[in-house]
Amino acid sequence: MLTTIGKRLLTVIPTLIGVVIVTFLLTRVLPGDPAVYFAGPAATPDSIAEIRKGLGLDKPLPEQFVRYVGDLSHGNFGNSLSTGRPVATEITSRLPASAELTLLGLIVSLAIAVPLGILAAVKQGSWIDHTCRVVATAGVSLPVFFTGLLLVYVFYYQLGWAPAPVGRLDAFVTAPPTITGFYLFDSLLTGNLESFWSSLSQLILPVMTLAIFSLAPIARMTRASMLAVLASEFVRTARASGLDTRTVIITYAFRNAMLPVVTTLGMVFSFLLGANVLVEKVFAWPGIGSYAVEALLQSDFAPVQGFVLTMAVLYVALNLLIDILYGVIDPRVRLEG
Amino acid sequence: MTDTTSIAPTPTAAPQLPSDGPVTAPIPTPGHKPEQNSIFAHARYIAAENPVTGLAFALFALIALCALIGPYIVPHDPLASDTAAALQAPTWKHWFGTDQLGRDIFSRVVVATRLDFIIAVTSVALVFAMGGFAGIAAGYFGGWTDRIVSRVSDTIMAFPLFVLAMGIVAALGNTVTNIVIATAIINFPLYVRVARAEANVRREAGFVQAARLSGNGDFRILLGHILPNIMPIMMVQISLTMGYAILNAAGLSFIGLGVKPPTPEWGIMVAEGAANIISGEWWIALFPGAALMVAVFTFNLLGDGLRDLVDPQRRT
Repeated sequence: MLTTIGKRLLTVIPTLIGVVIVTFLLTRVLPGDPAVYFAGPAATPDSIAEIRKGLGLDKPLPEQFVRYVGDLSHGNFGNSLSTGRPVATEITSRLPASAELTLLGLIVSLAIAVPLGILAAVKQGSWIDHTCRVVATAGVSLPVFFTGLLLVYVFYYQLGWAPAPVGRLDAFVTAPPTITGFYLFDSLLTGNLESFWSSLSQLILPVMTLAIFSLAPIARMTRASMLAVLASEFVRTARASGLDTRTVIITYAFRNAMLPVVTTLGMVFSFLLGANVLVEKVFAWPGIGSYAVEALLQSDFAPVQGFVLTMAVLYVALNLLIDILYGVIDPRVRLEG
Repeated sequence: MTDTTSIAPTPTAAPQLPSDGPVTAPIPTPGHKPEQNSIFAHARYIAAENPVTGLAFALFALIALCALIGPYIVPHDPLASDTAAALQAPTWKHWFGTDQLGRDIFSRVVVATRLDFIIAVTSVALVFAMGGFAGIAAGYFGGWTDRIVSRVSDTIMAFPLFVLAMGIVAALGNTVTNIVIATAIINFPLYVRVARAEANVRREAGFVQAARLSGNGDFRILLGHILPNIMPIMMVQISLTMGYAILNAAGLSFIGLGVKPPTPEWGIMVAEGAANIISGEWWIALFPGAALMVAVFTFNLLGDGLRDLVDPQRRT
């Protein structure tokens, strides 16, 4: 098992190198001179040249790249042009907000999609199956920002069940002290029930938005792989041996059907991390997505670059985790390694 | 992407369609006469066998029509503001209501079709040219070509795709053209994967060897012999990614990239209506959002229908 993980870790290295090269190239080679951004609108050619020198942009590309990698290895992502604060600190302080949202979205989505997919496969052709299909089709067609707005309209404006979409906490509620950065945990750990309920109620709508969005691929995959497994011979044998339906479905079929579902999680994460940006914008969520969007609109490139890099590294790490998980639940993969 | 095809209440005993060539024996429907034109017969066959696909074709025709003649048929000028009539709920005069500046939302939604359609079509055409060619070259030549193409494609896949699109638009500059380019780049790996696999299978096929023996060069074989053969499967890919391209472009313009106000575009219109949602003016964001949804839905259904046609074995 350890050698499998070790081998898989090695394959991450070229991917990470590729990611760093791309984020570097995004600023340096393509048109759009960072020095012009830094110099501001009132810059003279002289001052731009000076800033170029200060930033090391007059050096040849390979040298700049080495410098960039050197900065990264010290955790230096550069400074934001508009706020002057280091990008790395800003991203670290905002990351928990995004992570809390994305992970809860995924958990809720799994909790709905997996049972739905299983039921759809077990009762193929029934109304559950049709519901599953409609939900899956609607889910991939709905723009995530649109779903978010619809939910706000229905649950905040019409029904008044949800709070106004103003961020992680209602106004006047104090944030819990940072332990994990996840407000739900932090408020429970410090026994601050008021901020727990406040952050929970703020989380519900954005989490539902993300869940609806990522429901479709998971439900479809669960249904398809469950159908394939249910038609296989070992399930027939289990049934023929007189095991009850429950055991056959849960113990025999479900575990095997989960393998392709775990693989799709990689793709789901790619969608989720992107959708997160849009959801954060809709719900004024103070995560790294909204940070990057604000910076983008002001042509402030360092935060965007830091954001793209952080997301890519997170995504690579998540894929790695998924592969390891795959090895844990499927002994065959372990044997091959 | 979706398996809506089996919603159709038609009996499953319908004969399977050969993947190419004219339909020789369509289902005998009441009043059916042998068609002279095999394309129409084919289209009728699809619509009869699966009403959902028929619906998708009808919706597609509607969208294409709006894109084509939309600006000439709308009742109001999409840019004309009328502050006296601002924020009106849907009425007979303004079917979809009016926005903050009193502009007619129905006209704006219809006129926006063209821009969204153009963004999606150009980005898909671009990625088809780049990814399709890189993919068949990688599958056909193998070796270094394959390694380079696969490495590029893997690197793109290492990013969450929407995030990469944001980064590309930020680096290239905030314009509609760059949204098209970014959307094309993030779809690149999908096209490479399909084209590569399909070309790889046909690399040593009889017709390719025959072409080679008759003295055709590699380039000619790729474009003249392999490409036409993988076109059906690529068409499916095109239709499926059109929906994704529209969603992606609308997402980028929703966060304020690319399209500049007051240009009507679905994503930016939803963004303009977002602030009014919490004060109850739902129509500003709802109609462009719904238009977006219908467009994506249409392309997804169309992709499914085409896939069933091209590759009956992969039916869901």
